[in-house]
Amino acid sequence: MYHAIVFLPLLGAIVAGFGGRAIGAKASEYVTSGFMVIAAVLSWIAFLTVAMAHEDHSTTVQVMRWIQVGSLDVNWAFRIDTLTAVMLVVVNTVSTLVHIYSIGYMHHDPHRPRFFAYLSLFTFAMLMLVTSDNLVQMFFGWEGVGLASYLLIGFWFKKPSANSAAMKAFIVNRVGDFGFALGIFGVFVLFGSVNFDTIFANAATYLPTEGAEGSTDTVLTFLGYSLDKSHAVTVVCLLLFMGAMGKSAQFLLHTWLPDAMEGPTPVSALIHAATMVTAGVFLVARMSPVFELSQTALTFVVIIGATTAFFAATVGLVQNDIKRVIAYSTCSQLGYMFVALGLGAYGAAVFHLFTHAFFKALLFLGAGSVIHAVSDEQDMRRMGGLRKLIPTTYWMMIIGTVALTGVGIPGTLLGTAGFFSKDAIIESAFVAQNPAAGYAFVMLVVAALFTSFYSWRLIFMTFHGKPRATADVMHHVHDSPPVMLVPLFILAVGALLAGFVFHDYFFGHHYAEFWKGALFTLPDNNIVEEFHNVPFLVKWSATIVMLLGLLGAWYMYIRSPQTPVSLARDHNGLYKFLLNKWYFDELYDFLFVRPAKRLGSFLWKRGDGWLIDGFGPNNIAARVSGLAQRAVKVQTGFLYHYAFAMLIGVAALVTWIMLGGIH
Amino acid sequence: MDGMPILSLVTFLPLVGVLVILFINDETEAAKRNVRMVALLTTIFTFLVSLMIWVGFENSNPGFQFVEEAEWLGGGLTYRMGVDGISMLFVILTTFLMPFCILAGWESVTKRLKAYMIAFLILETLMIGVFTALDIVLFYVFFEAGLIPMFIIIGVWGGARRVYASFKFFLYTLFGSVLMLIAIMAMYWEAGTTSIPALLAYDFPPQMQFWLWLAFFASFAVKMPMWPVHTWLPDAHVEAPTAGSVILAGVLLKLGGYGFIRFSLSMFPVASAELAWLVFALSCIAIIYTSLVALMQEDMKKLIAYSSVAHMGFVTMGIFAANEQGLQGAIFQMLSHGLVSAALFICVGVIYDRMHTREIAAYGGLVHNMPKYALVFMLFTMANVGLPGTSGFVGEFLTLMGMFRANTWFAFFATSGVILSACYALWLYRRVIFGALEKESLKALLDLSGREKAMLYPLAALTIFFGVYPAPVFDVIGASVDALVTNYDAANEAAKAAMNIALNAK
Repeated sequence: MYHAIVFLPLLGAIVAGFGGRAIGAKASEYVTSGFMVIAAVLSWIAFLTVAMAHEDHSTTVQVMRWIQVGSLDVNWAFRIDTLTAVMLVVVNTVSTLVHIYSIGYMHHDPHRPRFFAYLSLFTFAMLMLVTSDNLVQMFFGWEGVGLASYLLIGFWFKKPSANSAAMKAFIVNRVGDFGFALGIFGVFVLFGSVNFDTIFANAATYLPTEGAEGSTDTVLTFLGYSLDKSHAVTVVCLLLFMGAMGKSAQFLLHTWLPDAMEGPTPVSALIHAATMVTAGVFLVARMSPVFELSQTALTFVVIIGATTAFFAATVGLVQNDIKRVIAYSTCSQLGYMFVALGLGAYGAAVFHLFTHAFFKALLFLGAGSVIHAVSDEQDMRRMGGLRKLIPTTYWMMIIGTVALTGVGIPGTLLGTAGFFSKDAIIESAFVAQNPAAGYAFVMLVVAALFTSFYSWRLIFMTFHGKPRATADVMHHVHDSPPVMLVPLFILAVGALLAGFVFHDYFFGHHYAEFWKGALFTLPDNNIVEEFHNVPFLVKWSATIVMLLGLLGAWYMYIRSPQTPVSLARDHNGLYKFLLNKWYFDELYDFLFVRPAKRLGSFLWKRGDGWLIDGFGPNNIAARVSGLAQRAVKVQTGFLYHYAFAMLIGVAALVTWIMLGGIH
Repeated sequence: MDGMPILSLVTFLPLVGVLVILFINDETEAAKRNVRMVALLTTIFTFLVSLMIWVGFENSNPGFQFVEEAEWLGGGLTYRMGVDGISMLFVILTTFLMPFCILAGWESVTKRLKAYMIAFLILETLMIGVFTALDIVLFYVFFEAGLIPMFIIIGVWGGARRVYASFKFFLYTLFGSVLMLIAIMAMYWEAGTTSIPALLAYDFPPQMQFWLWLAFFASFAVKMPMWPVHTWLPDAHVEAPTAGSVILAGVLLKLGGYGFIRFSLSMFPVASAELAWLVFALSCIAIIYTSLVALMQEDMKKLIAYSSVAHMGFVTMGIFAANEQGLQGAIFQMLSHGLVSAALFICVGVIYDRMHTREIAAYGGLVHNMPKYALVFMLFTMANVGLPGTSGFVGEFLTLMGMFRANTWFAFFATSGVILSACYALWLYRRVIFGALEKESLKALLDLSGREKAMLYPLAALTIFFGVYPAPVFDVIGASVDALVTNYDAANEAAKAAMNIALNAK
């Protein structure tokens, strides 16, 4: 069964990719989507048997040998436990819906077989990532999704902006992978293996007790620092986390995600919202037995997560491109997940990953439906008043928004998906012992306020008010065909109910029997119980700021639309700062891109050309130019000299040996 | 198979093809086709015979196999052949790549066709000889003589600045080979034998190892090439015809790496350990420096040539990390680079044959009318970048892991190569393949021909195969590398112990 789940998408990709021309676009769509439906159904079966059952059905499925070198032993294998099962459900469900949705969305594109092949290829790589039983296979999936993402962002390869965005995504991710790779090497040195079973078994007894013999021995020398066991673990965790930061677009390595919106919208929903960008969260959750050993690394995770949540939300406030708003929202929500991971609330993090996949995919696909309706316009300043014209899409977007902003009544079980998962993280931040928890709590509450504001701003600017599009565009506005709307309905069900149905399992009373040890927490980490007992005001904080954000957006975009304009004018510096995304792109261009190019030119012209060649071969050449001039034809020139010299050398050597042999 | 001198057979089979070609007159078109066919069939047949070596190879045996010995030059020297896990696959790589070389020049070479094919066949014999020779004099002869056909190939069938390029090649190589010759004499003086197995067993005194190591290093570093003696390579590649680039990148660059393993590391372990830092430093500089230079290239072949230097940086680093991961990774990286860089040069050749320019700016938007080409070029670009699932990843990952175990500083800098390689490779791909198809001259280009598919598809299949299932390679090289690492560690332990005794005695 697990073979089928993972390899059916690959098969689909091969059929559509290589046979697309032969079988035609329609057949490619049906084959890939059909395989995905089967894989999704099997994933839910796997979820029920592994995660929801009482007995432990966790298993490892061996597939094939991969790299056996010295003590390094890596196989292709699937590790099936609750964490994998959750990810299987998320990946395959969203991917299936996106496949189906794309049949409608990409209807006019001449390259549909290629598109569906890429989508299925992506799904395969993502499945390899989440089912991996070792870090190297995970790295395979990790870079594989990066490749698919690169191909899909650059799908419309005629557009220079799409090509740049694709390259940027790949290269920024590579920066993260640089850390990830070093982290894998570090894990290998510390634990003697890259297989999760061995790593976790060794991690459990890894840290020596305080003052025990050998507790300060050097186990790893990294960049000149001699590290004892606990510091070495910290370094390794931070390196692995660098990979997670790249893939999950965390603060400092986030710049590729907004640009990735150049890709077709279904891609944004699948890769840049629901699945690939959550790979970093998955990595840290998977490696929880190791991360738990380093309080320092966890604190760093919290700080980065909280900063990202806040930073991305501020930028989201002022963006005008409908997809970019949602992209920054994704970035921000990923920050929430990392805060939860850093606090040791792994269950809450994965729960938020799970619910976020539904409502963010819903929002993206809904946005796609809007874009589809208004003749491929993405700028919200040229939308407005669409509510009556595309009512189904409107209501789907509303559901996505209430799920994202976390509408619900605290203290009861009435609430949308985001209400359960996001509030759990905010409350965890309040009770956690982590030194950065206070910072995280404040940042997350503020981010929740902003989230609510920009989400409703998006709704109001797009659907309410007067139409700002041209009459021609407005004339063509139409709701999407059923093939695009049905996936929205299914996601909407998830966005409304996923929280209510599953919260007890992921991060509540059934925590232990649900996860069955797939997530590791130290014995003294009981955040799962504690987060229920927070003061009244904290429990309501998220809900209150959510309402404030809604009110603010309503006031500024319905009641008095001139307010945002005058605000932007009065605080022009701040507005520009936010609009230009804190100037990160300009900064990186100045710090890295241009110096690299200048250095490259310098090393080439001056280093190779002037220094090495100038003083080396060309210099010698100039001195023996007489020889070179005579060597008009290579065959008659120094080539024979060389051959001659060599032969004389050999002859001399041979003679000498033969004479020596006589002695 | 006992008694059949299969190594000599494989080594000298191409010369049979040379003999046949000598008897064909290449005046007419039909005769030219015959020349090509004879060359192609010879190389394919050689490859098939060489596969017998792999079939008969015992993976668990770390020593030399298929050993042949005979008196040579009146008894003063011995003709000795044999392969072990380290050298065997290089023989296969060479015989495997040769048919591709012949095919690469199938249509583009019309001038002096006979001589061209003869040069390649002789080159094949000499390259195989380097890997199979078990006598250091024999090795030296093959090693140095192999350059003569290469000079001719660049100098006669090369581009506009071919004389400059081959002259540069000559100067660099001369410098290295003179020092190596002296070192070989010294080794004979000291050990009294030229047999490689005997020299491997011989324990050279540490002081002498130091000098011998440097002498061999001078020669192999040029061949690799390592920074800062790499500047001949971009020029040689740019001027060489496609097949010349393929064989240069595919096999000739590996001679240096093979030499490092066979001689420097195995025969002078103490000096290797002592001087490893030098190799690490030069390798790291090579990786970062040449990657940055590659970024700014305007000529496709130069860009790939510079990226080869960077990739060879991983190899030298892995070799002198001197642990299983580093060494096996280095060997794997060389084999993989043999496939991938050969394919990349063929890819450049494909569009060069159509447009007669290697200028990157002259292209753009090829994906529109050459989708098959775009696909294979993408695959090899990704293999060059070291994407997991391609053979490029396995070697790069293992060498870096080996390096990390040996020294994290160097591993840190070397790993930054994975970022830089993505930059230059993707940028190249984007400028050549993606974008709108606007240039008039490009609009009539046809996608891959049958001959080009026959070259690129097998290479593509192997690149993926060895990326997903590299076990056949590691099975072959494992035992020999383990033995080498064990000897290396033992020699260094012994040297350390001797040093301590000496110190205590004072």
